[in-house]
Amino acid sequence: MSATPERTTSATTAPVASEPVLLSVRDLTTTFATNAGPLRAVDGVSFDLGREEVLGVVGESGSGKTVLSRTIMGLLARSRVTVSGSVRLDGVEIVGASENAMRQLWSTRVAMVFQDPMTSLNPVMRVGHQIDEVLRVRLGLSRTAARARSLELLSLVGIPSPAERYRAYPGQLSGGMRQRVVIAIALAGAPALLLADEPTTGLDVTIQAQILNLLDDLTARLHMSVVLVTHDLGVVATRTSRIMVMYAGRVVESGPTADVFADHRMPYTRALLECSPRVSNAPHTRLAAIPGRPPNLAALPAGCSFAPRCAYATERCHREVPALVETTTPGHQYACWNPLPARGGPRP
Amino acid sequence: MLRYVVRRLLTLVGIVIVISVGSFYLIHLLPGNPATVILGTGDSPANRALLYKQLGLNRSLVAQYVIWMGNVLHGNLGVSFISQTSVASTIRAALPIDVELIVLSQILAFAFAVPLAMRSARHPDGLVDRLLSAGSFTLLSIPPFIVIVLLVLVVSIKLGVANTGPSSYVSLATDWVANLESLSLPAFTLALGSFVLYFRVLRSDLIATLQEEFITMARSKGISHRRIMWRHALRPSSVALLGTAGVNIGGLLAGGFVVEYLLAIPGLGYTLISAIASSDYLLVQGIVLVVSVGVVLVNFLFDFAINLIDPRISRE
Ligand SMILES: Nc1ncnc2c1ncn2[C@@H]1O[C@H](COP(=O)(O)OP(=O)(O)OP(=O)(O)O)[C@@H](O)[C@H]1O
Ligand code: SF4
Ligand SMILES: [Mg+2]
Repeated sequence: MSATPERTTSATTAPVASEPVLLSVRDLTTTFATNAGPLRAVDGVSFDLGREEVLGVVGESGSGKTVLSRTIMGLLARSRVTVSGSVRLDGVEIVGASENAMRQLWSTRVAMVFQDPMTSLNPVMRVGHQIDEVLRVRLGLSRTAARARSLELLSLVGIPSPAERYRAYPGQLSGGMRQRVVIAIALAGAPALLLADEPTTGLDVTIQAQILNLLDDLTARLHMSVVLVTHDLGVVATRTSRIMVMYAGRVVESGPTADVFADHRMPYTRALLECSPRVSNAPHTRLAAIPGRPPNLAALPAGCSFAPRCAYATERCHREVPALVETTTPGHQYACWNPLPARGGPRP
Repeated sequence: MLRYVVRRLLTLVGIVIVISVGSFYLIHLLPGNPATVILGTGDSPANRALLYKQLGLNRSLVAQYVIWMGNVLHGNLGVSFISQTSVASTIRAALPIDVELIVLSQILAFAFAVPLAMRSARHPDGLVDRLLSAGSFTLLSIPPFIVIVLLVLVVSIKLGVANTGPSSYVSLATDWVANLESLSLPAFTLALGSFVLYFRVLRSDLIATLQEEFITMARSKGISHRRIMWRHALRPSSVALLGTAGVNIGGLLAGGFVVEYLLAIPGLGYTLISAIASSDYLLVQGIVLVVSVGVVLVNFLFDFAINLIDPRISRE
């Protein structure tokens, strides 16, 4: 036995009963080769996602949310990255799949809404053509059929006067409009799984709510499963059936949304909750109420990575990594040596 | 847009004035003089003075310039003292050769530079990229007059390909195949320098563009790598390329002169060098004027193309 025990992540959140699993992630680890040495941006993440289920992934800036969604999407650049573990989408393994194999899945099985609508659209291509492209290349629609469908998609995502917007360049649209276009592109191939990576970062508050409500509405209407990534617990409270809290690339608590809100056991989850603003603040702001900063992933402390900032840390926390353990509620797990008492949540 | 065009036209006028004044002054500094060319060295000073008066060369340089400019503004480039033919008709015969030469060289340069830059940018610092970069750097270090001499040695003399040697120019109207043959070596020579330039500029811009988030987004649509390169990456990476091409094509006129002269291709370069040698002032002035206007117009054209290609620029 080594001094630091292997993290046991085999016990995973159970899929929603009776629903067949759409996405199954097991012990997923993504390591970048950096000049400062290997950087484990995602470390042993496991979860299942049922059909038409919405999973919230929550964590501070730098906790590995974007890397996790891109790893699941199979979209990371292939050099200087090592991915281990397994991602199965409808039983098809994505880890290690070739770019050619992934091309068959992108748009039609899995699609992504990117974090920043200011940079994710091609600035020199009319937005209509950026939607058409999916329809024509991936679905084989004719030019006219694609155009008609693009206009439908533009109205579906709530863009007024679609025919005019169709011809616009991204620079002529507001941030909220651009993100709607990005969503239209993601929906064009009718994917079963939508990965939404902080879809409202950089948008102002009223627009944030509009975009999130739009996503809510569309996922229900189009029978999609969604992984909704955010740094704001307020965003996932009403929109998800389950939450996964990430810290420094690891899952530190996960479970049914109501349960995590009411009965969280991990001090980091509580800290997140306590400083979760009613209206979310500017993108990438550090959560002011949590003292200290997230650790440098290239030089993680031994033991619990939250220990340097944790009010409950004991000597053991600095030595051994806590494994995920089940609570009495099915599917609710946390990783902490000194968990908060059950039913100790401050507010739902 | 209108302001832009007006500003550009004013620049054009300014450049033409500066260049024509400069060349007017410089050519009168040259040792030769037209009276000697026409009358020979042994003629009497009196005859010379008379000829000077007839040609208007006895006036001050400023007066000569004003008279010349006045004629130019009336569309008259004058008649050569030496050959007694109109400068405009001489230029009209020579200019199309340069245009054809440059067009051919640019087609060649772009046809190789664009796909190879894409290939290189796909894996920066990969084997192919390093080979191409090193190769292009080597090409850059060989001057055109060496390239053309080597090409003539190998292609026309060793391999004996028809119409490729010196003094074998055939006009487009006579026989287009022979015309292409006779321009192939100079076009290739001019293309080399342009190719290296375009390859390097486009490669580095493509590498930068491929890091952009919208490229990852395009990948996530499941479209082919080729489509990402041609439809998504090329256009936003072409701004510097077009700017470079605009400037480079102007420079090619000068580069072309050497090659034309070496192969005795009767384009503007060849004509200009002969005109300087025979102190044919009006012809030199005419060619310099046409070339400088041409260079500015080409620049103008490429700037305009940049505006078309990148809507981010034209909105500003
Ligand atoms: N290509 C890469 N090479 C090296 N390190 C990377 C790379 N991409 C991400 N990282 C690192 O991985 C960590 C997690 O980054 P990630 O972008 O996933 O965070 P995030 O949770 O999405 O944060 P945010 O809320 O700011 O978007 C960061 O420390 C980041 O520096
Ligand atoms: S394991 Fe220790 S340091 Fe980590 S969250 Fe729990 S109490 Fe804090
Ligand atoms: Mg992110």
